[in-house]
Amino acid sequence: MSLVQPEMRPHYPDYATAPTQHHFSPYADNGGSVVAIAGDDFVVIGADTRLSAGFSIYTRDQNKLFRLSDTTVLGCSGCWCDTLTLTRILTARMQMYQQEHNKVMTTPACAQMLSTMLYYKRFFPYYISNILVGLDNEGKGCVYSYDPIGHCEKATYRAGGSAGALLQPLLDNQIGLKNMQNVGDSKLSLERALAVLKDVFISAAERDIFTGDSILINVITKDGIQDYSFQLRKD
Amino acid sequence: MFNSVMNAPPFWHNGPAPGAFYNFPGASTTPQDFRQHSQAPVTTATSIVALQYKTGVVIAGDMLGSYGSLARYRNCPRILKVNDNIILGAGGDYADFQYVKDIIEQKIIDEDCLDDGFKLKPKSLYCWLTRIMYNRRSKFDPFWNNFVVGGIQDGEPFLGTVDKLGTAYADKIICTGYGAYIAVPLLRDAVEKNPNLTKVEARQLVEKCMEVLYYRDARSFPKYQIATIDETEGAVVEGPIDVNQNWNLAHMIQ
Repeated sequence: MSLVQPEMRPHYPDYATAPTQHHFSPYADNGGSVVAIAGDDFVVIGADTRLSAGFSIYTRDQNKLFRLSDTTVLGCSGCWCDTLTLTRILTARMQMYQQEHNKVMTTPACAQMLSTMLYYKRFFPYYISNILVGLDNEGKGCVYSYDPIGHCEKATYRAGGSAGALLQPLLDNQIGLKNMQNVGDSKLSLERALAVLKDVFISAAERDIFTGDSILINVITKDGIQDYSFQLRKD
Repeated sequence: MFNSVMNAPPFWHNGPAPGAFYNFPGASTTPQDFRQHSQAPVTTATSIVALQYKTGVVIAGDMLGSYGSLARYRNCPRILKVNDNIILGAGGDYADFQYVKDIIEQKIIDEDCLDDGFKLKPKSLYCWLTRIMYNRRSKFDPFWNNFVVGGIQDGEPFLGTVDKLGTAYADKIICTGYGAYIAVPLLRDAVEKNPNLTKVEARQLVEKCMEVLYYRDARSFPKYQIATIDETEGAVVEGPIDVNQNWNLAHMIQ
């Protein structure tokens, strides 16, 4: 019987006999939230600008909205390296379509293409939650949201990304007016949509550490895309 | 009748045992044609500290090649001048860095041979690095590195980084490894107080960070290189430089 009980010895990782195991995961969670709200003749999309990994903030100023055409914008959050790759291929596909058909791809067509492109990687998915917004063929605002493997749903408002689960019920209440009595069916105005969008991100920045710093907002109308930015808390 | 309940005999010769799967005779089901990927890093380099100032970029990194906790190689340069408008710093696996460095240097030679006056630009190298890193991570055989690209493009300074997954971003302050925890807060604080740093101020800040990192990062080394790039003085790699050590406080630490 040995004098030193083996389990009494402290564990020093640097002096352990077994080599340190570095496991490799091809995915990273870089956080970020995207919110989109559609109206009758406009659509707004906002994304925060924080790029993080765990408790580290890589940068406080990262645009996560990608302009695919004059009427279509894609918001991405999740694994940033996948986002970079997907958006790069998407822009190339948009260009190929334009040159082949001599017209710009419409938002519904783009929405279908994105779904197909995501499902193509079904067994090694792009780990991104995508929200695609734009104007449809009648000029109405539309929002398409996706899961990482290409399931697509058309909606009028959607929250996605790290604070998606936090924000969607808030939108259900404020935009969807769900389970409310004595509310008129008044049309959603652009001003109201923008105000709710900002409030919703302020709320997310309070509770979600992966959302913050600032937001970039794109407003799409028949006149084009307008940019706005808005500061959030930076802690 | 049975030796134990766990070892019931097969129903027939080479057949399945009760509650077990049938083992078909012939080819074994274990795959033979696999490759082991995603190895661990071996000889590693620690943090890179990089800062963009008003007219250019500074990148610094020490010269230690660690073998786990062993300070194995003490003269490993990992900051390099790619061409007149790009400087590059690398952390992580040193062998992977040397492999990528050789490819980059060959690209520069090929480009010089064309003799058309065009030179690789920092954003192009940054983008290219993003693609090779993402490509290797998708094969589950990553280059275990963090690259920091600095340079001047269209008269504007550029600073960007790529990690082993292909995660890439550009910012005014970039530190990798322990520097992300120790140097980034120091630099963000300094830049917030003085957004328009001069070259001298930026250099002093980075030198301070290398000193602090030497005190606290156990895989660091007091000998380092600094590269600077701007339009007036071009790309310059300096070093080896020694850390200005000051241990006057040491006796106060219990």
